[in-house]
Amino acid sequence: MTVARFWRKIPQRYNLIGTKCTTCGRHFFPPRTFCPDCRRNGKIVDHQFAGFGTIVTYTVIQTEPDHFASPGPYVLAIIKLDEGPQMTTQIICDPKEAKIGMRVRSVFRKIGTDGESGIIHYGTKFVPVE
Amino acid sequence: MRDVAVIGIGCTRFGEHWNRSFRDMFVEAGALALEDAKLSGEKIDAMYVGNMSAGRFIEQEHIGALIADYSGMATRHIPATRVEAACASGGLAFRQAVIAVASGMEDIVVAAGVEKMTDVEPGASTDALTGAADREWEGFVGATFPGLYAMIATDYIHKYHMTREQLAQVAVKNHYNGARNPIAQFQQEITLSTVMKSTMVAEPLRLFDCSPITDGAAAVIVAPLDRAREFTDTPIKVLATAQASDSIALHDRRDISTMDATVAAGQRAFKMAKLTHKDINMVEVHDCFSIAEICAIEDLGFCKKGTAGKFTEDGETALGGKIPVNTSGGLKACGHPVGATGIKQVYEIVQQLRGEAGKRQIENAKIGMTHNVGGTGATVAVHILGRV
Repeated sequence: MTVARFWRKIPQRYNLIGTKCTTCGRHFFPPRTFCPDCRRNGKIVDHQFAGFGTIVTYTVIQTEPDHFASPGPYVLAIIKLDEGPQMTTQIICDPKEAKIGMRVRSVFRKIGTDGESGIIHYGTKFVPVE
Repeated sequence: MRDVAVIGIGCTRFGEHWNRSFRDMFVEAGALALEDAKLSGEKIDAMYVGNMSAGRFIEQEHIGALIADYSGMATRHIPATRVEAACASGGLAFRQAVIAVASGMEDIVVAAGVEKMTDVEPGASTDALTGAADREWEGFVGATFPGLYAMIATDYIHKYHMTREQLAQVAVKNHYNGARNPIAQFQQEITLSTVMKSTMVAEPLRLFDCSPITDGAAAVIVAPLDRAREFTDTPIKVLATAQASDSIALHDRRDISTMDATVAAGQRAFKMAKLTHKDINMVEVHDCFSIAEICAIEDLGFCKKGTAGKFTEDGETALGGKIPVNTSGGLKACGHPVGATGIKQVYEIVQQLRGEAGKRQIENAKIGMTHNVGGTGATVAVHILGRV
């Protein structure tokens, strides 16, 4: 991912800032600038997500893609944030521990690097709530 | 709208063709289709070609022009258009060709699909395929295609308690069919233990749950039905063409293990053809992963939600079953050159309807269906074809 492409989404990736439609109250993460329900009547503002959610489904990736920070198998999940939207994320936990319905919270982590000498990508992952 | 018929079909062998180029493959498929329709190239009015990612796989864009040129059509300056919808590119190219003829705008139109995937290393092809999902919010965080479909499988198994063995039967059945298809990439039968002992890719999916990386090309020729007998004694009528979309990312779906775009496209196709699932003699569905076939046959209405595992285990989707699924071997055994797959599905159904499917022939086949998916279900194309 090019530097500009990564850089312009830093608030969203680092701090879990999504958006919200003030017309209908629906939250969006990943952020959207157009509400699919209210369409042009929607008014979109930034929204800071609390960072808590529940695992909807998951897998353990055994063959990781190139340039990812995770050594070996990692847990990939779709989680439902408490504010409503669902997102795809890595869960930092023992792969045997992951299960549907598990409560998780957001943490700031390294996601990967753009080649050996490229920029390091940071972003949000989730860990089990103690 | 005019009625449309398929008058010619052609397909390369699917596989890892190290010695053959992108151009070699589509020229072969196109020539086979023309020969089948006893047509010469001068009769072709337009071409549509499904291709997902030549830019990533062979660093070549502008595929419409390239195909027209190397098929010898460039000097006639016919319109040639590339259609892209990830793994549904072929299905959409076929649909565009059908629409062009149905509208009266064109008469004799080629719908082709081609993908050359083995000129890059596996890591690069996996990464290119990830572009079929949401690059920024799925791919960036570590989602791979097997990973996304694995999450569908986890959700499905959690809700409907399908056994791992039932899921594996999809691959066993598709390899059985592939072993009877001369164009298939894998023409070997496998057993349940082949699947169960294969390498884990993304839990619960193993290597034999996944379709392979494949090179290949396929082409079909469509024409107005009322002119079809000028070219063939066995025209195959296009009874319905339907297409639907859904969210690009899996996490935004209403239900993780239902492809609403499949449901929508299937319903539209049945309505257009004035048929129900009971009228279909065989269906080619998009089994990029074993779980995808399970969801597809439910979402198209061939069995109830949550029952496809048992339905498959009971042999209802096998040759001779209630509804034979993927008689070609599907994406799993026949191979999955992404842009070509949707056209290969039409190729298989036309062979079945003409009675030319050899050892995998369905007796008395009158009506067949194709189901082609882009990404994890963000685009779906469904077609129904019938004997005239």
